[in-house]
Amino acid sequence: MEKFSYVNATSLEQVTSLLSDSGWGEVMVIAGGTDLLGELKEYIETPKTLINLKTLPGMDSISADGSGLKIGALATVADIAMYPEIQNHYTVLAQAAGSVATPQIRNVGTLGGNLCQRPRCWYYRDETVDCLKKGGELCYAIEGLSKYHAILGGDPVYIVHPSDIAPALIALGASLKIVGPEGEKTMSVEEFFTLPATNPYRENVLEPNEIVVEVQVPHPKSNAKSFYLKAREKGAPDFALASVAGVFEMEGNTCQAASIVLGGVAPAPWRSTEAEAALTGKMITESVSMQAGEDAVKDAQPLNDNAYKVTLTRNLISRAAMMAAK
Amino acid sequence: MAIKSHVQTTINGETVEFLCESRQSLLEVLRDELHLTGAKEGCNNGNCGACSVILDGRLVNSCLVLGVETEGKSVETIEGLAAPDKLHPIQDAFLENAALQCGICTPGFIMSTKALLDSNPNPTEHEIRYWLAGNLCRCTGYDKIVRAVQDAAKASA
Repeated sequence: MEKFSYVNATSLEQVTSLLSDSGWGEVMVIAGGTDLLGELKEYIETPKTLINLKTLPGMDSISADGSGLKIGALATVADIAMYPEIQNHYTVLAQAAGSVATPQIRNVGTLGGNLCQRPRCWYYRDETVDCLKKGGELCYAIEGLSKYHAILGGDPVYIVHPSDIAPALIALGASLKIVGPEGEKTMSVEEFFTLPATNPYRENVLEPNEIVVEVQVPHPKSNAKSFYLKAREKGAPDFALASVAGVFEMEGNTCQAASIVLGGVAPAPWRSTEAEAALTGKMITESVSMQAGEDAVKDAQPLNDNAYKVTLTRNLISRAAMMAAK
Repeated sequence: MAIKSHVQTTINGETVEFLCESRQSLLEVLRDELHLTGAKEGCNNGNCGACSVILDGRLVNSCLVLGVETEGKSVETIEGLAAPDKLHPIQDAFLENAALQCGICTPGFIMSTKALLDSNPNPTEHEIRYWLAGNLCRCTGYDKIVRAVQDAAKASA
C-alpha cells in the first residue's frame, strides 16, 4: 500500500470541499474500507489522502415508520440484516444484506460502501492489467477468462456489479440522497447506477466530489412478498454468480405487480421488465414462472465461459416466482 | 506533517499507545508494533478470518481495519482470552475436541466463537456454521470445530 494522509471527517461541507478539486483518485473517502483497502493493497488506487467518513455524527442510524425506512450511509450491512423491522417487512433487503460476504465484513462494511464498491473483475483488480475499465483499450473478459462476467448490458465493459443490497433496494423502489458542494439531491437507486455504454470507467453517476449519505425505502404494500435468491459457487460466503431480488404483490396466487432485479449478471443491477411483464396480472404456475425466467434472459449474450449464468438466472427467477405463489 | 500518527486504544483491557503509519492495518500494528502475534495473516484481504479480533464488541478482520481507526476503541485479541493460570473455556473446548491441526486458523476461529457466544450463548449448528463462515480452515477440520463450539457453549451455560 502506498502512503497516504488520513483525515477524520468533521462535516459534510469539509468532506465535499476536500474532495472538490481533485478529480478521481487523489482524495478518496473511506467508510468500512473492506472494498477500498483491497484496492489500495493491490495498488489499483493510490490516493494521497483518505477521508474517514465514520467520524461524521448520526450517519449510521436506521429508522422505520409507517411510510418506510431511512438508513444512513454509514449503517453497517450487519445492522441492516439484523434490524427487526427490516427482517419483518423488507425481507428481500434483510436476506440480501445477510448474504453479503462474512460476519467480519458485514460488521464493518457500510450501506454507502456496498452501493459504491468497485467491480471484482480479475482484470480490473490486477494492477498489471491496463484494461478498459481503468482507461486502457480493451476489456480482456471478451477474449479472456469470463466465468464471472456479464451476460447482459456488458458492451463495452463486461464487469458485473457485485452488490447484493442494490438489487434489493431497487426492487423495493428505494431512493438515495447524495451530497455535493452544491447541496443535496435525491434520485432513485435505479437511476444511480449506470452501464458502461454511458460511462465505461464508473458504475454510477456519483461525481468525484459527491458522497451518498442516506437511502430511503418506501414501505412495501401489505400484500407484498419479497425474496433474495443468490447463487454462489460454494456454500461459504462469496459474491453472486447470479441473484434475483423479487418483490411480488400477490392476491392469492395471482401476481398483481412484480419487481424483479438481477444481480451478478450485468455491470449494473439489472431490472428485468420482461420478467415483470410475464408475471403481472397472471396466476403464477410452473409454466408462467418458467416463461418469466425465459423472457428475462432472451437477450443475454454470454461470453466464452459464462453461458451457465443464462440457465442459472432463468431458474432463479422461476424459483422466486414460485415462492411468491406458495 | 508527521509520518506516524499517535494512537491510544485499549487492548485486552489495558490502555496502549502506539505510533503507526496511516497505511498500516490493525493486524500489522498488533503483530509488528505491539508484538501480539496471535492474530495471523492468511490472505490479507478479508477472505480467511485468521486475523479476526473483536473491535468495540464486533468481530472484524484486523487486516481490513487501519491501525489509526482504533483510536479510542477497545480491541480484544486471542492473547487476552486465557487467565494467567487457566485457559478460556473456548480454548479448552478446541483442545478437547482436537479442533485444530496446523493451528494457523485457530486464533481467528476462537475469536469468532467468542463473538458468537457473547451474543448468542446457545447457538444451533446452523447458526454456528453461518456465524463462523468468515473463517477458513485449510486443514478442513470443520466438524471438529463445530463440536468444539457446541461444547464451549455448554461449558459456559
